[in-house]
Amino acid sequence: MSHDILNAFTRREFVRSGLVLASASVMLPSFITRSALAMAPKNGLTSIAGVPDERVLVVIQLSGGNDGLNTVIPYMDGAYAKARPSIGLKADKVLKLSKSDVAFHASMSGAADLYNDGMLSVIQGVGYPNPNRSHFKSMDIWHTADTTASGDGWLGRYFDSECCGFGKGESGTAERTIKKDANPQVGIAIGREAPLAMKGRVIIPISFESADLFRWTGRDVNEKLGDPYARIAAAEAGASIDPDSNAGFLTRTALDAQVSSATIRKAVATKARVNYPDGELSRQLQMVASMIAAGLKTRVYYVSLGGFDTHSGQGNENGRHANLLRFFSGALRAFYADLKAQGNDERVLTMSFSEFGRRVGQNASGGTDHGTAAPMFLAGPMVKPGVLNPHPSLTDLDQGDLKYTVDFRTVYASVLEKWLKTDSKAILDGVYKPADVLKTV
Amino acid sequence: MQPTISTRNDAPAALPNRISDTLATLNPKSFGFEEARHLLWRAGFGGTASQVNTLVGWGMNKSVDYLVDYEKVVWDKRDPQFRSDIMGPPTAEQRKEAEAARRMANGVDKETALAKIRVMRQNAEQDDRAQMREVQHWWLTRMIESPRPLEEKLTLLWHGHFATSYRTVEDSFHMLKQNQFLRKNAAGNFGDLLFGIIRDPAMIAYLDNNDSRKNRPNENLARELMELFSLGVGNYSEKDIKEGARALTGFTFRDDSFAFERNNHDPNPKSILGRSGPMDGDDFVKLILEKRECAQFVATKLYRFFVNDFPCGRKPLDDAAKRVIGEMASQLMGGRYELRPVLKRLFTSQHFYEMSLRNEQIKSPTQLVVGAVRTLNTPVRDLSRVCDAMGRMGQDIFFPPSVKGWDGGRAWINTATMFVRQNIMVFLLTGKRPEGKDPLANEDRFDTSAMLAQLRDAYPDMSDNNPSATLDAILRFTIGRTQPAGRAELDRFMASQRGKDPATSITELLLLITAMPEYQLC
Repeated sequence: MSHDILNAFTRREFVRSGLVLASASVMLPSFITRSALAMAPKNGLTSIAGVPDERVLVVIQLSGGNDGLNTVIPYMDGAYAKARPSIGLKADKVLKLSKSDVAFHASMSGAADLYNDGMLSVIQGVGYPNPNRSHFKSMDIWHTADTTASGDGWLGRYFDSECCGFGKGESGTAERTIKKDANPQVGIAIGREAPLAMKGRVIIPISFESADLFRWTGRDVNEKLGDPYARIAAAEAGASIDPDSNAGFLTRTALDAQVSSATIRKAVATKARVNYPDGELSRQLQMVASMIAAGLKTRVYYVSLGGFDTHSGQGNENGRHANLLRFFSGALRAFYADLKAQGNDERVLTMSFSEFGRRVGQNASGGTDHGTAAPMFLAGPMVKPGVLNPHPSLTDLDQGDLKYTVDFRTVYASVLEKWLKTDSKAILDGVYKPADVLKTV
Repeated sequence: MQPTISTRNDAPAALPNRISDTLATLNPKSFGFEEARHLLWRAGFGGTASQVNTLVGWGMNKSVDYLVDYEKVVWDKRDPQFRSDIMGPPTAEQRKEAEAARRMANGVDKETALAKIRVMRQNAEQDDRAQMREVQHWWLTRMIESPRPLEEKLTLLWHGHFATSYRTVEDSFHMLKQNQFLRKNAAGNFGDLLFGIIRDPAMIAYLDNNDSRKNRPNENLARELMELFSLGVGNYSEKDIKEGARALTGFTFRDDSFAFERNNHDPNPKSILGRSGPMDGDDFVKLILEKRECAQFVATKLYRFFVNDFPCGRKPLDDAAKRVIGEMASQLMGGRYELRPVLKRLFTSQHFYEMSLRNEQIKSPTQLVVGAVRTLNTPVRDLSRVCDAMGRMGQDIFFPPSVKGWDGGRAWINTATMFVRQNIMVFLLTGKRPEGKDPLANEDRFDTSAMLAQLRDAYPDMSDNNPSATLDAILRFTIGRTQPAGRAELDRFMASQRGKDPATSITELLLLITAMPEYQLC
């Protein structure tokens, strides 16, 4: 297949692009790509890579409520040691940060390296008004960017607004006319189910726990079934089925699925370019790095690490929470080393969040209970590096909890406006002044 | 590789010139295997070949009566006992303990006392989540086993219509009670459903009406009652919502039952939907039911659930649907919202059996898995795994994504759910799990012989040395058409199976068929 038949990739076109022919041709039997080609819409034919500034956002979700106060530590504040007699880190254990009165947890040497390389920004005291302390509810609030936790996901709305031009609350029955042209790989979530954050009305992301599961398992019953399975899909795709019928729609999606499966599984089967530390998040980020290396037309990747609900025995410089932070920060450092080795680091912005922080005072079980505001991290060469704002007061509290100083939606607004170059108002259903967290890019 | 063009069983090409657009009755003589199969899929979850044949023998009218008047079908399945007390309000003793803990001076002792209470609460929540999963399994089993498929199918319709999620309600017993209420009234009177739902504890909790106060009415229930349950957007004003919310004040629940709190109810005159008076929630519902828009809204819902997406974006079908929905709405209005007569008329209409509407509805995840078990008679194998797959396909029953329920139709389908759909079929047919482990030795083997024997009754051409006729029959039964575009590949597969164990061959054939796009349709 020659490239001249394919339109150049443009930013507005990215979700609208059709079947992913370009990357598929190298690994699929030719009859499939032929049928895919036959089915593709005549104009606005599928996209192809090649634009160097194609931007990617990676979201890392820390599930369970990360203890922000033991992550970015105001170790010089006497109130910290007082609130945390046994789980607090002593000043000689923390990783001090240049030009800052806060420090990283002892196990976060990976994040400290990124910090020293000017690749990490720390935004403190991020939250929202009237914080909700339920895991579900607060997570939904972060996912919908709506304090009533209702509506579609914020990234889903971004996809929808890019492909179909409507934002939150606007009606759109575009499903039937646009979905057939939507790039099925625009959002990829590693996990059991696509997160609410990525679910829109039109675009629904791909999700899989491991690429091995993103495939038809009939061939495990008998590998000889693989060929007829692929040929049937190709025959169906090549047949004259009314494209407006549900049968036509299903046929296109089934072929999309096969092509995406082949593309993704091929991508993640490549050998790692750098060493990643152990851990689930490392595994996920390594897959993401491989997909980026393979040139997938994906805008947003979503990964997550659970276990942050440390009600008891969370430890101090060692222990459960320390391990989680080591996984997180080590995986992030390896991820950027990998991206740099590929020459893709400048294309990739990473953002981490958790549904809430934890209470300032430790509890009787050597842990911490559900709290409110906590730090967010942004990583990549495009971030404004450093600790960007002061830590919220440890003494002026709201029922034992930190008062938030930065609304998380201002960070989303910055990501949308400055990185993804889109109008955040329609997507966030309100005007949020973008937080000053990214270099002018 | 163009398939040969046949009139009835080809993949849908262009739409025919004429599409029946009335509820005029189908000539009962036209009611054959394919029509009976269609009826069973839409008014239920599909049936075995022998069930389809039974309906053919009965003829259309008797079949429809049997399905719709389901209460005459005796089913004495005992339901398991579920606990009502897991999430109940705290006992007097627990309250005293909590109060004492709160009054203690700050310090380790207080923390310990509070932690103890928290742990108790967390344990209760954990038990309740476990019970919710049991209730989920119970309903799925009912759908699979019930001899009254329409009863369960309608319950599913109303569950999506009056969508309530456990995620917010957090009380499995209230979710169960709502499900039983919906089932009891499923084919009865829509008015009863509406009067009942504003008294339903799960719904009241879900839409915050228990937080509604006389002087601070919560508008959530009033809004959704009109927007999503009865009238639809554009048929009421914001003022109707505000006034309606006042009418609904005091509608709350205590323990597991509805309670009217008189001192929380606003007794002053309101003005709703053009009428004035000191109305309460029941008066509000009465006003709604008088509106033609309500009948129109309900008719559209029934049509979309049983016939086709509307609008579907194909003009001839949309035009026909509009007229049919109008007729259904008139009948609902004239019949005071009795549902059975409308359902019977729909299921015996020419329009319902219109060729271009058959095998053109995307199966919901529930329809897919329940239908697979009921038609092919596969083992269920593992309810947790099946429910888990339903969640991945987008339909976790008792956990609808919002009060809007499930969008349905094409929203079910994307590249990720497509594999889940194909792979749950692999699991049901063979026990093979996506993570690649071998099925346990003691797992049931799917038995193809009953299906084949039943198909032979319907299609006498079938025989072991006529693989093409066998394939014809299986395709007619599974996807409703014999000439899908992949037919040549399936013929080739059949030819390659000569001399092999027929049970294995047929199972593998079904793996290929259930992975085809057409299998997602009914």
